[in-house]
Amino acid sequence: MARSVTTHRKMLTTLLAWTIGLLIFFPILWIVVLSFKSEGDAIKTPMQVLLSAWSFDNYATVQDRSDYFKHFSNSVLIAVGSTLLGILVAVPAAWSMAFVPSKRTRGILMWMLSTKMLPAVGVLYPIYIGFIALGLLDTRIGLLLILMLINLPIIIWMLYTYFKEIPVEILEAARMDGARLREELLYVLTPMAVPGIASTVLLNVILAWNEAFWTLNLTAAKAAPLTAFIASYSSPEGLFYAKLSAASVMAIAPILIMGWFSQKQLVRGLTFGAVK
Amino acid sequence: MGQIHLDKVRKCFGDVEVIPPLDLDIEDGEFVVFVGPSGCGKSTLLRLIAGLEDVTGGRVVIDGHDATTIPPAKRGLAMVFQSYALYPHMSVRKNIAFPLRMAGLDKAEQDRRVAQAAEVLNLTDYLDRRPGQLSGGQRQRVAIGRAIVREPAAFLFDEPLSNLDAALRVGMRLEISELHKRLATTMIYVTHDQVEAMTMADKIVVLNAGVVEQVGSPLDLYHNPCNTFVAGFIGSPKMNFVGGEEAANHGATTIGIRPEDIKISKDNGLWRGTVGVSEHLGSDTFFHVKCDAFSVPLTVRASGAVELDYGATVFLSPDTSKLHRFDQTGQRVS
Repeated sequence: MARSVTTHRKMLTTLLAWTIGLLIFFPILWIVVLSFKSEGDAIKTPMQVLLSAWSFDNYATVQDRSDYFKHFSNSVLIAVGSTLLGILVAVPAAWSMAFVPSKRTRGILMWMLSTKMLPAVGVLYPIYIGFIALGLLDTRIGLLLILMLINLPIIIWMLYTYFKEIPVEILEAARMDGARLREELLYVLTPMAVPGIASTVLLNVILAWNEAFWTLNLTAAKAAPLTAFIASYSSPEGLFYAKLSAASVMAIAPILIMGWFSQKQLVRGLTFGAVK
Repeated sequence: MGQIHLDKVRKCFGDVEVIPPLDLDIEDGEFVVFVGPSGCGKSTLLRLIAGLEDVTGGRVVIDGHDATTIPPAKRGLAMVFQSYALYPHMSVRKNIAFPLRMAGLDKAEQDRRVAQAAEVLNLTDYLDRRPGQLSGGQRQRVAIGRAIVREPAAFLFDEPLSNLDAALRVGMRLEISELHKRLATTMIYVTHDQVEAMTMADKIVVLNAGVVEQVGSPLDLYHNPCNTFVAGFIGSPKMNFVGGEEAANHGATTIGIRPEDIKISKDNGLWRGTVGVSEHLGSDTFFHVKCDAFSVPLTVRASGAVELDYGATVFLSPDTSKLHRFDQTGQRVS
């Protein structure tokens, strides 16, 4: 009896989970469907959309009209570059906060996090002016820097929590063994934190890849990543659902595939330290 | 060489002074044990010598050089931690070779010294394993291996055996003592276990609340404890303390008698009492006897297996030549 109740319940929760999952996934699925339809068919009722002819035309048009690979390479460079640069800055920062905390460490951590709660548009103007003054507007290095700075609090926070899990005695042992600070970080701390660093890298590549506010506002043509590539199909010439969908699919596919393959690492990393 | 001199070393954490100014001399080749109850500052003192903590005042002098501001890596000391603190991502070989690698020794020399250390510590078959694949005792040996390859001026041990089970602890105790005899290098060993202190040390430093209560050889401390703290801490089972009239008869506020210095008899003796719990070890028997004259029960040792029923009436006679007399401040009366 008890067993059948459990099975029943299990089926219900599974069903619920699938429903929620499909609901969340549906917009993406619909974009994929629309990307294979003509502009005319794309605005019809859902049933008509499904029954209309399928074609790759939109993808060809999108590639013709705007250079996908240029945007793609910009996205890769900005996402990966800003993350790696962020890690370089964050490892020593997180090390010092985790292992040589001061009275103000807690406050600094909270302050860093608070910058993430600030509406980005509030600082757009000064940063925009600053970018013009420094000649960074519409440059890949400029975007790489700004995305690194924006995600830095998250990178430092994540690394800080991973580092907190590492017994300080091991670092002290390294010090006794003759390791200087650089060697302690390079040969002992970093290798031990590899799972944590990997999840941090993955999450931040995704965050940087998806970042739209700064990438849209600080770029024009040269440094524009895939977010700008999608946006270029949504505005002045009216609505082009099908082409917009094709562009979106092309923009999200790489990160979706990466996320899919690394989901185990991501989940493990995000729940790291939660259960001991 | 491994001569260590502490000159008025003082340590505060914030406003709390955990070690008031302290002087101590450790001679080259000595096996010195810091012993004391939890929180007495013995580990902190070791970490001050290691350089893992900065002193608040005073100097740490190693081999005649002021090492107070020298970072731990440059003090020429090796440390074995309670948690072993092995590098989990490295093989045993790489763990042991790590200090050599940091010192910039060439690969051939590293291999030679690792092989030698592994041989001494019976780790040759485990060199390619990770620390996670080893037992507690093996991990401890790797930690010791990592310390000996550097050929340090002195070894620092921070409660190295407290994570091992009782049987293994006795074995490792012997191994470390053996190692000390063979290497003849200075060793400083921190423990709260007075049995480890008694069995291993050339010199015991008894600490209490950051203060050195007494320094001396194990038997010196056992026979001539300078105060009630040392008297009660050294020796197992503990020394019996008796106050009141009985102590006054001997011209003291408190008298201490070791369990083996009291004779137990069924027929006659100085103090009458009833037998409480008996502990049979085979070689010895310990009786906890509640005497009519004293409020606390006395522990008495009888040699061999002696049977006395719970609640039986017995008589105790202390060996008055072996009494320890203490004044009202707890200091020894000579």
